[in-house]
Amino acid sequence: MQPAHTETGSTRPSLQRMLRHVSSLGPVLGLIVLCIAGTWLNPDFATLDNMMNVLTRTAFIGIIAVGMTFVIISGGIDLSVGSMAALIAGSMIFLMNKLVLAGTLSPLAIVLTGIALALLLGAAFGAIHGLLITKGRIEPFIVTLGTLGIFRAYLTYLADGGALTLDTALNDLYAPVYYASLLGIPVPIWVFLIVAALGTIILNRTAFGRHVQAIGSNEQVARYAAIRVDLVKIVTYMFLGLCVGIATVLYVPRLGSATPTTGILWELEAIAAVVVGGTALKGGEGRVIGTVIGAILLSVISNILNLTSIISVYLNAAVQGFVIIIVAFLQRSRH
Amino acid sequence: MKRFTQVLGAGVLALAFGAISGNAVAEKVTLGVSIPTATHGFTGGIVWWAGEAKKELEKKYPDLKVIIKTAGGAPEQANQLQDLVTVNKINALVIFPFESASLTQPVSQVKSKGVYVTVVDRGLTDTRAQDAYVAGDNTAFGKIPGEYIGKTLGGKGNVVALRGIPTTLDNERYEAFQTALKATPDVKILDAKYANWNRDDAFKVTQDFLTRFKHIDAIWAADDDMAVGVLKALDQAKRTDVKIVFGGAGAKGAIKTLMDGSDKRIQANVSYSPKFIYDAIKLTAEARLKGEALPAKTIIPSVLITKENAKQFYFPNSPF
Repeated sequence: MQPAHTETGSTRPSLQRMLRHVSSLGPVLGLIVLCIAGTWLNPDFATLDNMMNVLTRTAFIGIIAVGMTFVIISGGIDLSVGSMAALIAGSMIFLMNKLVLAGTLSPLAIVLTGIALALLLGAAFGAIHGLLITKGRIEPFIVTLGTLGIFRAYLTYLADGGALTLDTALNDLYAPVYYASLLGIPVPIWVFLIVAALGTIILNRTAFGRHVQAIGSNEQVARYAAIRVDLVKIVTYMFLGLCVGIATVLYVPRLGSATPTTGILWELEAIAAVVVGGTALKGGEGRVIGTVIGAILLSVISNILNLTSIISVYLNAAVQGFVIIIVAFLQRSRH
Repeated sequence: MKRFTQVLGAGVLALAFGAISGNAVAEKVTLGVSIPTATHGFTGGIVWWAGEAKKELEKKYPDLKVIIKTAGGAPEQANQLQDLVTVNKINALVIFPFESASLTQPVSQVKSKGVYVTVVDRGLTDTRAQDAYVAGDNTAFGKIPGEYIGKTLGGKGNVVALRGIPTTLDNERYEAFQTALKATPDVKILDAKYANWNRDDAFKVTQDFLTRFKHIDAIWAADDDMAVGVLKALDQAKRTDVKIVFGGAGAKGAIKTLMDGSDKRIQANVSYSPKFIYDAIKLTAEARLKGEALPAKTIIPSVLITKENAKQFYFPNSPF
């Protein structure tokens, strides 16, 4: 960064952009190094099947992390997403099982109703967060810390402390949403790609995206610039809620059940993916593509650890910690 | 006269005291139950069985009051113990400790106030802090599947194992599993990884095991919740080499599969029912109502469950 400041005004922007480019490669470099290491440790790592496994399981956290990118860029945070996913999953299963008992709807209609409920609940929970944060003027950390407990407690209550399991016939009908492939690529990866592409377009090519960034870098200035700060914030939380709803729609057919451990610690994984991907936790700027790479990076680490036994199983969590810190270090110069 | 009244008074007092102490055995028992909150299937079962014990015993014994407290972590559980003693004035306690070491001191405080203490499942580091200990058999929990897998594979094959959360309890089970398999040296444990007693983690770990090992004969899932994730991962990868998936604890879904014979990979299970909290509460309450003590150690045996005896382990109303 230092030489950039000594340059003359005319060349500075382009050089800065270039430097910015190099440092934004941090997560990508990290991912490449990890993939080489993985292949070297176990050749099975580089197989197509393993890649599909990793990307498919990244889809849940990845989709949520795309929504989280917007919230963090706007200067907010959402700690409740894991619990929210669990409660949405539980509510979906609960409703679908009840509809099966009622027996008036066809199985396909029941699954579609369940999906609609998931998306609706996600958006509604997000709207509640947004309203409490803007109109209620409570810190996002506190609001979502509160709902983190509330959502999970209601799921545990719905499940009676055990597991909510989807009706077997319905599950067979619904399973392809997670297990089927389109052109050789599993459905969750497609959905992840679409959400990430939409996220990139919204953030970089729309007025709303620019408003989110403006609010994150300076809320007061954004207000003077006649940006409807409250509305934009509420919409970012709704968008995140919707992403959680989409992730849950993909999650439920995997195991066909929701338990009180569903989605546990997803919030931290999503936040880590966003930050590892180069979005500043203080808000203002960030990139959706970085988040996508961050999310993949995190699941590649645990995949490699499972594929090898060179490190004591007791130290698995430490490896993840080291990698997060190293990648964050690689891209620190941007700020 | 004065002297006479004094003697009489002393006599009456003595009688009264005698009556009180003689009655103490039939006095009311206020029994505190301190257990973890329902965070996964097994603890869900603990909470449910504790509730069943309360309902049943309070109806049967009017002199008994059972107070159940659930805690989300060790510090919270320690605080609840203080509340149970000072606010609820308990004179008997059944506790399922979160951790052995950090709860030994708080429990010993409770005992020093004259409360009768029964510890369930996880033993305290200082056994003087407890009056009685009731537990499941963690060694058998690992030994039985080890023996079963060794025998069913005919003494030869590849096994992978899932582990729970790093705890002494998990170590005890895994060591027993390894020891049992030593009897059949040609049955090899390829690897064992933690999946946190969690369906999703078990799914991921199994997927990676399947990528890594081209031939696996049996998977010790070590828990019925984890077995759900294991089966899904096997189905997804369409792997037919795995002949046995052995769960553990006897969750109702797994027992149902066993009874119906609906999945040929599930042929056996090992009991480790959360019902032992019910047994512990019942044993403690009934002993204290009679003023008796429990044996210092009661082990609820873990046994092999197969299709033949599955019925007696099936509790459809329990969440677990």
